[in-house]
Amino acid sequence: MDSAVTQDLHAPRTLDLRVSEDAAESTFAEVDDLNRAIPAIEFRDVHLAFDDRKILDGLSFKVMKGETKLILGGSGCGKSTTIKLVLGLLKPDSGQIFVDGEDITHYNEAQMRRVRQKIGMIFQEGALFDSLSVYDNVAFKLHEKGVPEEEVEQEVVRMLRFVNLEHAIDKMPSELSGGMRRRVGIARALVGGPKIVMFDEPTAGLDPPTARTICELAMKLRDLEDVSSIFVTHEMNNLSYLSSEYAVVNEMGDVVYEPEGERLCLINTKVLMMRDGQVIFSGTDEKLRKAEDTYIQKFLRGH
Amino acid sequence: MSFIKRGVYDLQETTLLTARAFGGVLRRPRYVRETIKQMDIIGVGSLTIILLTGFFTGGVLTIQTYPTLAYYGQQKQTGYLVAISLIRELGPVLTALMVTGRVGSAITAELGSMKVSEQIDAMRALGTDPIKKLVTPRMFALLLTLPMLTVIADVVGICGGGAAATTIYGLPFGTFFSAVRDGITSSDIIGGVIKPIVFAIIIGSIACYKGLNTDGGTVGVGRNTTSSVVTSSIIVIVADFFLAKLLQVIFGSSVPK
Repeated sequence: MDSAVTQDLHAPRTLDLRVSEDAAESTFAEVDDLNRAIPAIEFRDVHLAFDDRKILDGLSFKVMKGETKLILGGSGCGKSTTIKLVLGLLKPDSGQIFVDGEDITHYNEAQMRRVRQKIGMIFQEGALFDSLSVYDNVAFKLHEKGVPEEEVEQEVVRMLRFVNLEHAIDKMPSELSGGMRRRVGIARALVGGPKIVMFDEPTAGLDPPTARTICELAMKLRDLEDVSSIFVTHEMNNLSYLSSEYAVVNEMGDVVYEPEGERLCLINTKVLMMRDGQVIFSGTDEKLRKAEDTYIQKFLRGH
Repeated sequence: MSFIKRGVYDLQETTLLTARAFGGVLRRPRYVRETIKQMDIIGVGSLTIILLTGFFTGGVLTIQTYPTLAYYGQQKQTGYLVAISLIRELGPVLTALMVTGRVGSAITAELGSMKVSEQIDAMRALGTDPIKKLVTPRMFALLLTLPMLTVIADVVGICGGGAAATTIYGLPFGTFFSAVRDGITSSDIIGGVIKPIVFAIIIGSIACYKGLNTDGGTVGVGRNTTSSVVTSSIIVIVADFFLAKLLQVIFGSSVPK
């Protein structure tokens, strides 16, 4: 039994800098690995209707490996539905959905369970299990797998440090504020290091510093952990952060966020804008800001 | 959907849910701890209400039957009549109705609240089968505890009946109990345990199905909880009729020797 794993929970906070092996390479390496060409997520002409209402009308897009796809759109345009389709919580009426090149459109629950191991989902309201403490919520996936308790504790503390909620480890969800619940939800989703993460409006209702922290987290995942993600939002700040800054580990070993500036680094963020179940824009944020569509302009500026 | 269509659809889905709940029960992961916890909540938690129900039902049975029996000079058979009514009918049905009200509503409300706050989706996203983790333990707990609660209700009811006979009508305890002992056959007891097993499946499947299919926020939770208790109660009573007939066919209706 590896006893060097004991954690001193009251030690001064140190950032966990475990950078995955593929991270540094993937950002700058040539795309000669055939695997990188397979999109992490792909939708092909997906249609979905609830009773009479058409939610998704021929939705098609790709999220490449290591890319963050920002999905913008008004309320009710199908953003949350899209995320649920990736997880297999809903099934489309027609069309195909691919995760890592695998066609999951007609998978049953048992097959989806295997696919879901690679995906982390962060729900809009946190969706914490209110009968379990914060510790048990974050540890849920590991407890279900039967992982030994010391490893579980280590991982839970690491995740809660990521989201700055170590002190809330024994609280119940009902004792937390909305923002704290959201952050615990993020910690819970990231346990096990999923390579595909989905954020469903993760900063809605949070104060700007906390929203910034969550964007920094998404940047860390994108740039240092080679995570592919879908980030649903309608806040323009998030768009700015995620499309013009990138995370990098400096000489002293700290994570810093550099603006894109003159470095001309191809930040791996793309934007998708949805309206009434269809894609009305797909591309980079610069193109988005220059788009002539009146709806898009109104969306960006608010009036 | 029309009313009949809705009813048939619900019946189909409830049956599928039950099949899924019992289907993979021996495959890992097995949620033994959850099952035991549910047995505590359902079984031990319902004990007080069952003791009270049983005792007073037995008492009232004595009150209602003794005078008529005395008219025909058969008051010595009071014990038999009270026992047979309890073991065959009132024990199983009243226990089932009490448990529906207490446990059926709790299960539907709990699962319903989890559904509307996306906790069920979160569970699926984290790789756990909500049916295995939530439904199977509850159904197993009901399956194991409802017969036990019924037997307890029967025993306590007979004691209550005996107490009423002794204190109100002055019938000696011994007479009462020997009538019980002589009259009750093993087929009565077996029948009295088969019924709770069927009722447990009915209550459990309806409560879990309604809970997991709640939508519409807090209003939906309230509505489905009510509907769960009402539907369970009605189906229990209807099933009781058919079960009584079936048991009669299998065991033959006995008359006192």
